[in-house]
Amino acid sequence: MTTEQLENVVIRFTGDSGDGMQLTGTEFTKTSAIAGNDLATFPDFPAEIRAPAGTLAGVSGFQIHFSSNAVFTPGDAVDVLVAMNPAALKSNLADLKEDGVLILNSEGFNKRNLERVNYDKDPRQDSSLSKYRVFDVDITGMTLKAIEELKLNQRSAVRCKNFFALGLVYWMFNRDPKHTIEWVEKKFAKQETIKNANIYALKAGYAFGETSEVFTHNYIVKKADIPKGRYRNISGNEALALGMMAAAELSGLELFLGSYPITPASDVLHYLSRQKKFGVKTFQAEDEIAAISAAIGASFCGSLAATTTSGPGLVLKGEALGLANMLELPLLVIDIQRGGPSTGLPTKTEQADLMLALHGRNGESPLPIVAAKGPGDCFYAAIEAARIAVTHMTPVILLSDGYIANGAEPWPIPSMQDIPKIDVQFRTEVEGFQPYLRDPKTLARPWAIPGVPGLEHRVGGLEKQDVTGTVSYDPQNHEHMIKTRAAKVAAVADSLPPTEVDGDLEGDLLIVGWGSSHGAIEAALPALRSNNKKVGHIGLRYLNPLPKDLKEICGRYQNVLVPELNMGQLSKHLQTELGLKVAEYHKVQGKPFRVIEIIEAAKRVLEAN
Amino acid sequence: MDSLPVINHTDPSTLSKADFTSDQDVRWCPGCGDYSILAQVQRTLPELNIPRENYVFVSGIGCSSRFPYYMNTYGMHSIHGRAPAIATGIKAARPDLSVWVITGDGDSLSIGGNHFIHVMRRNVDLQLMLFNNRIYGITKGQYSPTSEQGKITKSTPMGSIDHPINPVAIALAANATFVARTIDVEAKHLQSMIKRAAEHRGTSFIEVYQNCNIFNDGAFAPLSEKASKADHLLYLEHGKPMRFGKNNEKGIAMIGGCQPAVVDVQSHGEENLLVHDEQSEFIALMLSRFVRSEFPTLIGVIHAVERPTYDSMMAEQLKQAQQKGKDTIQALLDRGDSWEVT
Ligand SMILES: Cc1ncc(C[n+]2csc(CCOP(=O)(O)OP(=O)(O)O)c2C)c(N)n1
Ligand code: SF4
Repeated sequence: MTTEQLENVVIRFTGDSGDGMQLTGTEFTKTSAIAGNDLATFPDFPAEIRAPAGTLAGVSGFQIHFSSNAVFTPGDAVDVLVAMNPAALKSNLADLKEDGVLILNSEGFNKRNLERVNYDKDPRQDSSLSKYRVFDVDITGMTLKAIEELKLNQRSAVRCKNFFALGLVYWMFNRDPKHTIEWVEKKFAKQETIKNANIYALKAGYAFGETSEVFTHNYIVKKADIPKGRYRNISGNEALALGMMAAAELSGLELFLGSYPITPASDVLHYLSRQKKFGVKTFQAEDEIAAISAAIGASFCGSLAATTTSGPGLVLKGEALGLANMLELPLLVIDIQRGGPSTGLPTKTEQADLMLALHGRNGESPLPIVAAKGPGDCFYAAIEAARIAVTHMTPVILLSDGYIANGAEPWPIPSMQDIPKIDVQFRTEVEGFQPYLRDPKTLARPWAIPGVPGLEHRVGGLEKQDVTGTVSYDPQNHEHMIKTRAAKVAAVADSLPPTEVDGDLEGDLLIVGWGSSHGAIEAALPALRSNNKKVGHIGLRYLNPLPKDLKEICGRYQNVLVPELNMGQLSKHLQTELGLKVAEYHKVQGKPFRVIEIIEAAKRVLEAN
Repeated sequence: MDSLPVINHTDPSTLSKADFTSDQDVRWCPGCGDYSILAQVQRTLPELNIPRENYVFVSGIGCSSRFPYYMNTYGMHSIHGRAPAIATGIKAARPDLSVWVITGDGDSLSIGGNHFIHVMRRNVDLQLMLFNNRIYGITKGQYSPTSEQGKITKSTPMGSIDHPINPVAIALAANATFVARTIDVEAKHLQSMIKRAAEHRGTSFIEVYQNCNIFNDGAFAPLSEKASKADHLLYLEHGKPMRFGKNNEKGIAMIGGCQPAVVDVQSHGEENLLVHDEQSEFIALMLSRFVRSEFPTLIGVIHAVERPTYDSMMAEQLKQAQQKGKDTIQALLDRGDSWEVT
């Protein structure tokens, strides 16, 4: 038995959606984080809640990349693949590295399961797996044996097999299973038998690794050099919810969320629904239109109002967004993008709603748009969106995506004291009040909420006279108002921080990304820079208005490359807004970028010049 | 809500109709029924003992939906059909406000049908006044969901083939806790319905028959003209037998045990007439079906029951959750599986 030291490992747990792979992955993640690795995860689950067991449609996977170095993505290729059945093997094998470790659950490879996914022959018996280090382990059988004495019914007993697999992988990576045991003890405190069954299975898996002599190697991945401080794991959706709550506290406002369930946004609604203790009000509306409408009502009354959705829902909200634009009320509109068009790929990721966010309303209706770059960043993106919304009295669209939403990463826990307060001034002064009298700097109109004597006024979607807010069809006034609302959005750029550039500050190539591609680009950077090439990276936070320094920064490089999970939406935006000629790189497969893809795209640009 | 301004409310006892009249010119067609409804609302509000600054009028789109502009209160003229949803957000955020939804038959029963149903089943504490002129006014005269079958309009040159919607029946089916009907020309009755609706806790639905003298003039003529009115209108009153007619000679009774019918009071006996009970769901459901020509049109409170309101339950849940003491966002951030990197 030898112990080998590794820097980087990518493990993927795959199985049927009923096999508990998400839980297995989550537990492994927590334990690795506590062990001090940097990491990133990528849960990938089927759109069907319960596709028929053993079918390709029902395969659920959870990938984790952990390392003793900084980690920016869940990893391109897999080092260790755990496959609980043939369907899982079939749909994931292509991602396993040559010579990678493949752990199979023998029982899953029965005739029926093999036939279901059209394996004529058992892949374990032909040469198709010869490139890999295959371990065919009787996971189910050994699990049943380990928990025999508990006399669980067959179904519940079989369900514990994921803990056996987890135990085995814990051994393989020298991980202490104690955190998972503690978690099981807490989680199943009231179900003695289930609790013990899971713990026995976990320990049996660990012991099997240690004693069976099947495995000749195990591995150590040392702690990463991460900045000191207190950390926790956080998923994008959780960070979004916390960010909204933080923004409410920083502004002294009450948080109101109007939402309608949609994948992958629903978790934000779920999370905030549990936060009544903080005075958070959530409203599950009858549809997206009602969800945003209720949020507009709450905003009119002085709440920090938000609505969360995904692509198809944002489409429905378009008309009400136009209203919010006319009313000039603050509103957080969060779109967690998924694969489209239409219902598209509901559980897969895409960045293809940028044009919708920019233009998806009737009439001239520009709105500020911000984008989150990763799970933990959602927290700050939400605060920033809220700050812009209340400072400028405007709806703000925040774009996240399915990859960020479900992905998780270790996150330095912020201190609320370090985050600047958000200044909110409700209008109470009656003297000189006009509903559309603007702050000269931000062009914001006053936030005058019902209940204040003397400020009674009417707002509405009809065009209004500037300052007074009285309905007006005057052609000159209309043009003036269109320009004023646009100027208000443009004014957001005045208070944006300088754009951060990673890598070289000038030179051969600048890669401009947005949203979840941040990690892949960041990870690609060292490989590109080591080649005598000067390469920089911007992960754009502000998509509209664009930062004022962006054009100048782009000008410092020979080339600008814009990789996107769409057909070139940011590229077009940069071309129209800044007159920039950029090289485009598109991928629309419902999957995030792999680091290697970015590297290759960048090299093509570098070599072409 | 530390940022909310501290408010010293004005004294509502000094309010008059003029206080509720905004400086905007009212722009409905001369003779439109909307004028009367506006006037009755402006007349009734001073009696409700609510400070003016606590009123919010929300509307959708349509002629009737211009209403908030004419009220000197807080108001929002929103988008087509969505006012109930906006009002729900207003009430959820600020349960202390008196919220009024003004809507038309097209606004609330076509495009906004979904929100109309949901605001009622939730029982959000607000007043919803549906101005029913059985036509689309503002878009110049297409048939509406309440137009009668066979109605000839610009979009139905051979007559509408849609079966009309029955707003009262839908409201009841959605479990509305207050359902009333009245007519634009019956000023006193309209005022009394407004008052009753305002006093009711929960969604108060008032269907107001409103004459659109431009595109559907006389839709309710038999009910509004002196000569025919008494034979066509029955004023419902809680605990009172259902009687109508010029000399109150007609009444409603159950025939054969289970069929309501118009009877002659004298020959049938007053004691055998149906007595209105606002709280009976079954009577309300039955009365909602009085749409055929053999029946009089019922006006008054059709149904009124108490049920906890959405906004009060929401506030109660927050209160309950906060009973265990305040928590800080920092504590929430710190919670969960965390570890120290040293
Ligand atoms: C999304 C949308 N669709 C259509 C319209 C056009 N529209 C405005 S009001 C209306 C119908 C109004 O009828 P009703 O609600 O009965 O109001 P009335 O004008 O009769 O008072 C229509 C179709 C619109 N403004 N918005
Ligand atoms: S069109 Fe009809 S409903 Fe509209 S204002 Fe004129 S009369 Fe009134």
